[in-house]
Amino acid sequence: MAPRIAWRVATVRAVVEETPHARSLVFEVPGWPGHRAGQHVDVRLTAEDGYQAERSYSIASAPEDPDVVLTVERIDDGEVSPYLTEEVRAGDQLELRGPIGGHFTWRAEQGGPLLLVGGGSGLVPLMAMLRHHAARGSDADARLLLSAGREEDVLYRDELGRLESAAVHITLTRGAPPGWTGWTRRVDAEMLRAVGPAPSAAVRAFVCGPTPFVEAAADHMLALGHAPAAIHTERFGPTGG
Amino acid sequence: MPLISRGFGGRRRRDVDPARVPPGQYVVDDFPVLSAGPTPRTSIADWSLTIEGAVDAPRTWSWDQLQALPQETFTTDIHCVTKWSKFDTTWAGVSLDVLLDEVSTEAAYLTAWCDGDYTTNLALEDVTDGRAWIAHTFDGTPLDPEHGGPARLLVPHLYLWKSAKWVRRLILTEDDEPGFWESVGYHNHGDPWREERYWGD
Repeated sequence: MAPRIAWRVATVRAVVEETPHARSLVFEVPGWPGHRAGQHVDVRLTAEDGYQAERSYSIASAPEDPDVVLTVERIDDGEVSPYLTEEVRAGDQLELRGPIGGHFTWRAEQGGPLLLVGGGSGLVPLMAMLRHHAARGSDADARLLLSAGREEDVLYRDELGRLESAAVHITLTRGAPPGWTGWTRRVDAEMLRAVGPAPSAAVRAFVCGPTPFVEAAADHMLALGHAPAAIHTERFGPTGG
Repeated sequence: MPLISRGFGGRRRRDVDPARVPPGQYVVDDFPVLSAGPTPRTSIADWSLTIEGAVDAPRTWSWDQLQALPQETFTTDIHCVTKWSKFDTTWAGVSLDVLLDEVSTEAAYLTAWCDGDYTTNLALEDVTDGRAWIAHTFDGTPLDPEHGGPARLLVPHLYLWKSAKWVRRLILTEDDEPGFWESVGYHNHGDPWREERYWGD
């Protein structure tokens, strides 16, 4: 019988504003057992009167990072994300339980080629994979296709721009800045074909984003010939909060 | 005493009876989708359901044969391990009692096998006595593929990953054999009221 995954007290070391709607919280978590890229944690908040709210958030940091980083996007009518994206500051403490999830994960030992397809904040667990890939100096072919609204909505924009260990492709679906040479349409089969690799390369694919995005991207990948079992998906709805 | 989160007030929903919310869950009004891979799309012409494994003789139902069995419409709360719960969902389908009555078995467990190769394991005592259905209709309309259509298992007293989408085979087994999520960290039983989310809970 596996031991119960403990709730741990996590202390906010730093807050990083990522976009107008999202920030990363850098946690120090004493006793953290380590995680695999792609896993998530449960977060528990407790009000003064004992009322509690729990939500799950993907881990953005690589397993090699001593801190645990969560990137949270604000959902306007949400309960937990407005608190995490507006109220929390360095020095605050909250409770974390994890890591959780054993399917939507990638370890460098598993090799590639790796195709990561993210919609909006669906990039977060994929970023953990890219950071792990870079930290380990993996020679696996790694490619990211990110669909975002506008350029200012792109999480980790500077880090992605500097990333040399993976090919980064971005499509902006709600308007591109002057001089933008990338795509400006929703992810489709032609875009996925251009990003590659070909399905015959035995690609490991990870797709994360809102449900309609994941449904569409996974359907296009099946149509291109990727094996259903090679396509790992993780979805989140407007629900959450 | 749990750790107080400075400045957190929470947004309690006045319209939700807290006694209906299992520990750690919150109530949603939409219907989120979760699955581990692409959505399979099997036409009802190609669809069938088979009970096999530790049975005297396997039984298979086509879509039309399933529809010819006694149908039930029922309203229930559902709970996903990712923490959302949805109240008063209305489904229609065939009780597993009706289907299991058609086979003779000494088995105590089953593995639900689905298009897309998803599996989940259940004790027969969790899927009998009016506690589980093969559901094909949600809110009066055919179940969407992303929610498990043409038909899914529905076992609403357990976390929703036990309610396998796109179910095609019920494989009866003498031993309890962990399924897909049960093999990668999720609880073998999954009772939301006992908060059986993960290994060791």
